[in-house]
Amino acid sequence: MKILSIDTSNYVLGIGLLDDNVVMGEYISNLKKNHSVRVMPAIQSLMEECSVAPGDLTKIVVAKGPGSYTGVRIGVTIAKTLAWTLNIPIAGVSSLEVLAASAGRYFDGFISPLFDARRGQIYTGLYQFKDGSIRKVIEDQLVMASDWALRLNEMQADVLFAGNDLGIHQQAITEALGARAKFTGPTGNNPRPGELAVLGSQREAEPVHEFVPNYIRLAEAEAKWIEAQNKK
Amino acid sequence: MTKKDQFIMGIETSCDETAVSIVKNGREIVVNVVASQIESHKRFGGVVPEIASRHHVEQITIILEEALKQAAMPIGDLDAIAVTEGPGLVGALLIGVNCAKALAFANGLPLVSVHHIAGHIYANRLVKEMEFPLIALVVSGGHTELVYMKEHGHFEVIGETRDDAAGEAYDKVARTLGMPYPGGPHIDRLAHEGSPAIDLPRAWLEPGSYDFSFSGLKSAVINTVHNAEQRNEIIAPETLAASFQASVIDVLVTKTARAAREYGVKQVVLAGGVAANKGLRSALTAVFEELPDTELIIPPLSLCTDNAAMIAAAGSIFFEKGQRADMTLNGNPGLEITIHN
Ligand SMILES: [Zn+2]
Repeated sequence: MKILSIDTSNYVLGIGLLDDNVVMGEYISNLKKNHSVRVMPAIQSLMEECSVAPGDLTKIVVAKGPGSYTGVRIGVTIAKTLAWTLNIPIAGVSSLEVLAASAGRYFDGFISPLFDARRGQIYTGLYQFKDGSIRKVIEDQLVMASDWALRLNEMQADVLFAGNDLGIHQQAITEALGARAKFTGPTGNNPRPGELAVLGSQREAEPVHEFVPNYIRLAEAEAKWIEAQNKK
Repeated sequence: MTKKDQFIMGIETSCDETAVSIVKNGREIVVNVVASQIESHKRFGGVVPEIASRHHVEQITIILEEALKQAAMPIGDLDAIAVTEGPGLVGALLIGVNCAKALAFANGLPLVSVHHIAGHIYANRLVKEMEFPLIALVVSGGHTELVYMKEHGHFEVIGETRDDAAGEAYDKVARTLGMPYPGGPHIDRLAHEGSPAIDLPRAWLEPGSYDFSFSGLKSAVINTVHNAEQRNEIIAPETLAASFQASVIDVLVTKTARAAREYGVKQVVLAGGVAANKGLRSALTAVFEELPDTELIIPPLSLCTDNAAMIAAAGSIFFEKGQRADMTLNGNPGLEITIHN
């Protein structure tokens, strides 16, 4: 069993190769650079390094969002095309879940992974590890960071916050949760492609033609159109 | 020894069509699948880039599978994958480019990048073998260009629009007349019901120039409508459409014919979505009947609008010339047309 994992949903570009229970290789960069130019070369060089040919792959796992619309689409397009042409299963994992698992697999409490979504908003959700497997406590969503912090405060439990955008929201979170708010350090802020492959290895395959990103949000033009229809 | 047949797959996602095609020997369509998103964009009055990109992701593997199924051909029989690199909507281009790269990588196939306009021009080779030198008149929603070709893969833009593309002017005038998007076909149909009684400007620009300009004409149409409204007069939309179309076609046809004579070309080929315009087709046909040494080629409507057969046809030539793209290929929304040696 050889699984290729792809995560291009945010600035982090992650490619992983999982051979049964062994992470054979991981490529991670965290740069404000164009994913479209770099994903396929990263896949190619990691597979070459690990002596894995395209035909050896048994499953493709992709981080399906939320995140940058364009970024998520690049990863999903490559994942769908590979899965379809190699005739192997495809599985998607929430981009937030990958971050939660990468940062908090051994954390005893709730985990809130987050990506900044501008104007005080974040993409986040709430996760927890139980008996070695991750479960979703609160669905992924787009929310004001301050509202989210107040909501988590009502839970009266320790929460681990993770992500490269923590700096933008740390103050609002600390003000609401005080000492119950925990924060990852630099190594916990990048979603790990090896973790993505592990999570995806346990997921059921999805029909490749119907596989789409989870944008969370409607396209702006569509949201406005629906609003206009409702006013009629 | 007979030469082995060459099969190129084309992938095109530069705007609102998700298209995959296979072309044999650069000239014969094996399969040509196009999924248009136009119904989805109509409610917005134009193509919304984010929505176009979302549809491409939903469609891409479905269209690939449909193409291979219709062709009854394993992907391993292909010689190369050709994909539109640009110009176009960046988010839309990225779907085709990354799909093509993944396909090429997984199947160990060469990858060839194609300029969208080169594709439109090469749609003509699916109709008739090209003879050089030739002039291509490219008219679409985003382009109005005269391109000189002295041989395969050689593209020299001798004239282009300085403001709006012809197709853009059509859409804007259609909006002024209260017609739904896309406006071009509506204006064309209406124009045939009216006569060009209103004298609208023709932008010839400086003597000898092969450039175009349509923004003055568009403003003149809008002003004519507003002035009439202020005088409580009604201008028949057919008359306005016919007058507008007459002005556009007069400039396009006159400059194309002049270029054909000056460059002494063997062929003039029409390319791009506006090439579906009946008025333009008949005006060009009439003018080139007077120039018997120059052959006029007008592709069928299905090859004028965006499709992937044209990308495969152009890709076939670039492939033969040894051009290869690698895994760093990107979508390039402002790509310039280049000469392939
Ligand atoms: Zn086009």
